[in-house]
Amino acid sequence: MSALDEIRIVFFQECEEQLQELETGLTAMAGGETDADTVNAVFRAVHSIKGGAGAFALKQLVGFAHVFETTLDEVRQGRLDPGAEVMDVMLRSADVLNDLVAAGRDGGEVEAERTAPLLAELERLAGKGPGGHGGEDEDAEPFSFDDLDFTPVAFDLGDLGDLDGGGDGPKFRVSFRPRPELYAKANEATVLLRELGTLGPVSTTCNADALPLLDALDPEGAYLAWTIEISGEVTEAQIREIFEFAEWDCDLTIEALGLADLSEIAVPDAGADTGISVADLLARIQGELTGAPAAEGPAEPAPAPAAKAEAKPAAEAAEKPAAGGEKKEEAAPVIRVELPRVDKLIDLVGELVTTQAILSQRLEESGAAATGSDLMNSVEELQRLTRDLQDSVMAVRAQPVKSVFQRMPRIVREVASATGKKVGFQTRGENTEVDKTVVERLAEPLTHMIRNAIDHGLESPEKRLAAGKPEEGTVTLSAAHRSGRIVIEIADDGAGINRSKVREIATNKGLIPADAVLTDEETDQLIMLPGFSTATTVSNISGRGVGMDVVKQSIEALGGRLVITSRPGFGSTFTMNLPLTLAVLDGMVVRVEDDTLVVPLASIVVTFRPQPEDLQMIGAGQAVKVRGSTLPLIDVGLKLGYRDAPADPLTGVAILVEGDNNRRVALLVDDIRGQRQVVIKSLEKNYRPVPGIAAATISGEGRVALIIDVDAMMSDQSFDQFILGNEPIAAE
Amino acid sequence: MSSVQRKAAFAGQEMIAFRVGEQEFCVDILAVREIRGWTPTTAIPHAPHYVLGVINLRGTVLPVVDLSSRLGFPASVPTPRHVIVVVIAEGQTIGLLVDAVSDILSISTDMMKSAPEIAQDQTKTFITGVVAVDSRMIARIAPERMLPERLRAVS
Amino acid sequence: MTKTILTVDDSRTMRELLRSALVEAGFNILQAEDGVHGLEVLRENALPDVIITDINMPRMNGLEFIEAVRADRGLRAIPIIVLTTESDPAKKDRARNAGATGWIVKPFDPQRLVGAINRVAA
Repeated sequence: MSALDEIRIVFFQECEEQLQELETGLTAMAGGETDADTVNAVFRAVHSIKGGAGAFALKQLVGFAHVFETTLDEVRQGRLDPGAEVMDVMLRSADVLNDLVAAGRDGGEVEAERTAPLLAELERLAGKGPGGHGGEDEDAEPFSFDDLDFTPVAFDLGDLGDLDGGGDGPKFRVSFRPRPELYAKANEATVLLRELGTLGPVSTTCNADALPLLDALDPEGAYLAWTIEISGEVTEAQIREIFEFAEWDCDLTIEALGLADLSEIAVPDAGADTGISVADLLARIQGELTGAPAAEGPAEPAPAPAAKAEAKPAAEAAEKPAAGGEKKEEAAPVIRVELPRVDKLIDLVGELVTTQAILSQRLEESGAAATGSDLMNSVEELQRLTRDLQDSVMAVRAQPVKSVFQRMPRIVREVASATGKKVGFQTRGENTEVDKTVVERLAEPLTHMIRNAIDHGLESPEKRLAAGKPEEGTVTLSAAHRSGRIVIEIADDGAGINRSKVREIATNKGLIPADAVLTDEETDQLIMLPGFSTATTVSNISGRGVGMDVVKQSIEALGGRLVITSRPGFGSTFTMNLPLTLAVLDGMVVRVEDDTLVVPLASIVVTFRPQPEDLQMIGAGQAVKVRGSTLPLIDVGLKLGYRDAPADPLTGVAILVEGDNNRRVALLVDDIRGQRQVVIKSLEKNYRPVPGIAAATISGEGRVALIIDVDAMMSDQSFDQFILGNEPIAAE
Repeated sequence: MSSVQRKAAFAGQEMIAFRVGEQEFCVDILAVREIRGWTPTTAIPHAPHYVLGVINLRGTVLPVVDLSSRLGFPASVPTPRHVIVVVIAEGQTIGLLVDAVSDILSISTDMMKSAPEIAQDQTKTFITGVVAVDSRMIARIAPERMLPERLRAVS
Repeated sequence: MTKTILTVDDSRTMRELLRSALVEAGFNILQAEDGVHGLEVLRENALPDVIITDINMPRMNGLEFIEAVRADRGLRAIPIIVLTTESDPAKKDRARNAGATGWIVKPFDPQRLVGAINRVAA
């Protein structure tokens, strides 16, 4: 990979960051935060993208970013008021900018139908400010090629010079009188004279007429002037280039000797007429040429300076003494690490945790280490350190959900405009952190649920008004940590789930028996069944071939849960409950028959030994009284098929667990072996999902132990039906 | 258990052959990650009878399939003498329980024959061809068909 | 002797482009992410021969940075080339007034940049 290819990757990474900055900033501005910092950050984001894009000759991106930036600058200068209409254009422009970046990365283009209308709107806004800047427009458009008319003149001068008959005699006389400002800007007359000397043979005369007497001499004044006659293969453009930075702070005349009749077409005059210096012009042309190598002319001046640099005498007398010594590259405050390296580290720490657990268990079993002994204390210390190490490593992977939340406003705008609904979008808890993998895999389900919330959840403005609600609907996306997990909610204030319709569809599609008795909550969950779609006609917003069943599965694949709550007339809430990390879990290690299982600690309320007086039969199932309420007692061994007959509850241990919707049951296991942090291993990777089992881990003995899926254990569904894949809803 | 073909003679395919009961099967050596001794498995709830369970293969959860049972023969009774052939198939790593590894075969394409018509249906699903080595006919199995289908909802 | 260039730009892409071009041309490189960082780098390292700075940067923009350098007796002699996408003459004047030695418009041509450095570096 070439250096430029690598920088290209950096560029697109940076673009992603800038686009997020842009989205955040614009959203804040739309919400009324129009302070200078916010506006500047927004401007800078677009400006940076434009700057980098230029280097990679992404003309469409540069062109759009430039117009976007110009309009943002109007806001920044206080000439354009960032009202609702303006912000709407800005937000849509950000979306197009997103697409242009993606197109640039993937080597495509964005259709002009998409960019052109926004460009027109942006330009209209930029010109609309009260202090409209008229003539400045032309200069603020560096990508116009109008000025190219001047270039043939500049390039032809070299050829004209040749009429003079080669290198005989001086060709140009340069008169150069620096003003004090020149030195104040760290330009050096001596450097300029030196550079002139690289163009060809020079004869230099110093004019000290203006030098005052010593006591009147200002140490920072400029008293000397020079006249230089230069001969050889040299063009006026080359001389001008050397004085490019100096000419504003000096009196400079360049006479072409023996060619007086041609001097009238000299480039500087042509440039001066339009107020643009040749140097500017060259810089701009040069910039354009960087991305368009085909445009080279025979007398292209660019290589000249480089040739000079190489031809320069090795012993430079005027080296600055202060510049000596070794220089090191400045270390950035943040290091960027490739994810595979972090993952390797996490894997290794995971193995370490497992090995440490095995070591502890072996020691305990061998009886070599009594509690309180030095050996046992060391082992405990090792356990603590391992745990700390693991937490620290996991923290490296933790990321705020912000990165995925920030992508949602765009979805909201798109769906709102496609459906003609008015939507206010709010996010809360953006800084809630969760494992990077979880963050990344949230984007798709969130996108779908937000589409769903607007398309199916919110009513049309007319219907809302008729129902006495504000015209604009609200969709809220929030994240929070709750008992060791992250809970993400998408709430709308729409009409809520139409339960009779849902029931009708489910019945018609054969998903439930016509006589099924379902609670409201159960009815709401029906929309997540495979093959269910609430839209009578498939809309092009939600109906992108993805149903809520797929959303539910993608969340379950992350070890999460999706629950729907709805209040007719007041809206619906989709609640996702996800693990913070896909790597470790605090678990209670239990025994069922000969197998070791793990129950996630986060789900456990209390463990207890059932007493005879607390047990009762409810229908075919057993129930146990605990903490004043009677709950189903589920025999884990029976449910998972480890045994055929129910175990005696009086010989086992009951674990009171709480799942989604605060639903509680008691799980009956044979024995409890202790608590341990376990490393989560996927069972699906090499096998397939197993109903009732969330994942696997490696036990203290070095064997595989399965982690119980508490919510699945609570479900009334028989796992056998699940396996067939055609699970009907239990009709009670 | 004889006649290992000398592979220096030609550039053919290599197969690992193993015994299951009285039968011999083989699998492409490129699919084989390692061969290891039997260790007790952890049972998986509601698994098909031929899935013995999972074992810990250096931190990876490895399902183990009883090849005999999978191919429609009587279920194996695993002993420490049994071996697990660890294969990679369609991105999944799985273990195949066999009685013993019998041979490493270097075969050329003319030694490959399609599965015989007489084979019973269940077996045929897992056999992608037959290799004729000397007087032996060794069925070549398709490791990717050894695991049960994934749940409909997931695929 | 190898010349040292300090580049001040908030864009990682630009810093990388500059680094690649300047290292290729045989310069030593110091990097800073904005004006404040640039002044820190100037304090903590041997002085560079030339500074190349962006204008639009957070915390301290390029103009403020140039003014700060020019106001410091120890630093004021260092030539500063402004490298920016701005081609607006009014903005160019502001940079000149702040004390910029030269001005190059992005996207830059590496050879031209090297030429400009040689024209200002003593």
